Amino acid sequence: MGDQSIDVKHYWRAMLRLIAWLLVCWFVVSFGLGILLVEPLNQFHIGGFPLGFWFAQQGSIYVFMLLIFIYAWRADRLASRYGVD
Amino acid sequence: MGIVGWTYVFVIASFSLYIGIAIRTRADTTQSFYVAGRGVSAIVNGMATGADWMSAASFISMAGLISFMGYTGTIYLMGWTGGYVLLALFLAPYLRKYGKFTVPEFVGERYYSQAARVVAVVCAIFISFTYVAGQMRGVGVVFSRFLEVPVEQGVLIGMLLVFVYATLGGMRGITYTQAAQYVVLIIAYLIPAAAISWKITGNPIPQFGFGDRVLEGQNAGMYLLEALDQIHRDLALPEYTAAYVPGKKSMVDVFAITLALMTGTAGLPHVLVRFYTVKSAKAARWSAMWALIFIGILYTTAPAVAAFARVNMIQTLNGTPYAEAPEWFKNWEKTGLIEFDDRNGDGIMVYSGRPEINELQVDPDIMVLANPEIARLPAWVVGLVAAGALAAALSTAAGLLLVISTSISHDLFKSIFIRNLSERAELRLARISAGVAVVIAGIFGIYPPGFVAQVVAFAFGLAASSFFPILVLGIFSQRVNKEGAISGMLTGILFTASYIIYFRYINPTGGPDQWLFGISPEGIGSIGMLLNLVVTLTVSRFTPAPPAHVQRLIAEIRLPRMRPTGKLI
Repeated sequence: MGDQSIDVKHYWRAMLRLIAWLLVCWFVVSFGLGILLVEPLNQFHIGGFPLGFWFAQQGSIYVFMLLIFIYAWRADRLASRYGVD
Repeated sequence: MGIVGWTYVFVIASFSLYIGIAIRTRADTTQSFYVAGRGVSAIVNGMATGADWMSAASFISMAGLISFMGYTGTIYLMGWTGGYVLLALFLAPYLRKYGKFTVPEFVGERYYSQAARVVAVVCAIFISFTYVAGQMRGVGVVFSRFLEVPVEQGVLIGMLLVFVYATLGGMRGITYTQAAQYVVLIIAYLIPAAAISWKITGNPIPQFGFGDRVLEGQNAGMYLLEALDQIHRDLALPEYTAAYVPGKKSMVDVFAITLALMTGTAGLPHVLVRFYTVKSAKAARWSAMWALIFIGILYTTAPAVAAFARVNMIQTLNGTPYAEAPEWFKNWEKTGLIEFDDRNGDGIMVYSGRPEINELQVDPDIMVLANPEIARLPAWVVGLVAAGALAAALSTAAGLLLVISTSISHDLFKSIFIRNLSERAELRLARISAGVAVVIAGIFGIYPPGFVAQVVAFAFGLAASSFFPILVLGIFSQRVNKEGAISGMLTGILFTASYIIYFRYINPTGGPDQWLFGISPEGIGSIGMLLNLVVTLTVSRFTPAPPAHVQRLIAEIRLPRMRPTGKLI
């Protein structure tokens, strides 16, 4: 195994990047599509749902689940790649 | 067998299950009592977290609130789920890696300050007590509505049950009982939802029925939501799916409330402590995912139930002569949750957005409770719903009571007052505190302070503006220090508390034009949180950095590796 402290530094940086990306998605879908852009999005429909409304009351929750799944999965891989697990 | 009979059947069966589990999971060490021996699997922990999270309010009130708010109900839907992403990303694995037993313990060690720990304990106890008062009240209310037992007796029965499995099994007993309670509550919630979805749209999956077409009645063939919007327009009510129209909350307020609820979620002690009970930091992340999946099943069903119940209520009641009102209407009228005031004396019930001609007053809680009867479901379904509502209330109450009891025995006594408390003595003290807390919670349930609902909103605002920022900064910044954290917490708490107290008690008629940036007291926690962040970071800059041992602690917490001893370093 290489220099412990360098692995740890890179590991932490990779984690921060992962967290940042996921946080951006979290914000865009919930506050962006569900709150800030809900009125323009409501012009479009998905099945019997106005699109903005659907994101606000259904879609955002599904995206949240997906985000945590991606996070747990990628974090496990990062931990083993950098030897910190 | 009628509703009361079936309710007894399901309530007795489910309560026996919980007690049975409590006996099998009796706690014999502080590790077992405080953190369930740290051996709970990620999935079971996720179920327990789900039940812990979904209280009487989620089960009974939320769909009703959404049915009256339409789009704006998203503040609760996103607000009470989005926080789990924040928990997973920022807190769960690190708090688990830290190990130990409580959140104030982490605050005290990370900020190397007994004062910080005490502030944290007081916040934790306050937040938990306000929350638990509402739960015990909810238990009493369900007993009185379904079992025709007086509210006070209902609260006493609930207290006794929680007393047994909380003091016997501690966190371990509570965790497994909560998992069982999750199963009961989700089945009880989904069956009427599926039935009403099928009845109205032919699709038994509520999430799909929600976007499907109506089968019968004057709107047959139209999409449910289009029909609902049309009905609202016809009655001079704001459209159901419309967002920022007059009569609904503004975009700023929706944004602020949602943010306050999400960050508050990630700062609530009884939720945070649920991540201490799994095997490892890695398991904590997966447990957060499972928790959100289990919670999401109910939270994606609720808005569908809201829409169906809204359509049903309006179509069944509006324009119907009072003499021909359906049986469920007469039943619930007796409880005072629904009222008819024949203003124009024609004997016909009118529901309208124009206050001068509206004749029906409907309490939102009815939407879930009366739903099975409105959908003409058999009596056993109603009994199951009662058992489900009780499962939701009791599971949350138990989680809160554990936080209170651990705060007292571990954070106050063991760490401050009686340092050399032996393990056996601490365990005994923890059990006694749990017992005392149950009794006090029961008293609040029997004599509720009138302001319970607002106080729960206060609890979220407080969690968002006090705990959330300093916990996240504590892990992600090595520079943030004791002076910063204490200043930040105090700023956040004082700002949020003053704003809420001002607009609730001193100037209750003050409206949106007097609010700061147009943000209501419900949403002000998000500003409190930002203030906390700014103050904490700024003060830390100008005061000494944390000592080396704390910096080492933070560095180690960031790594998921678990030592075989389970210890930190």
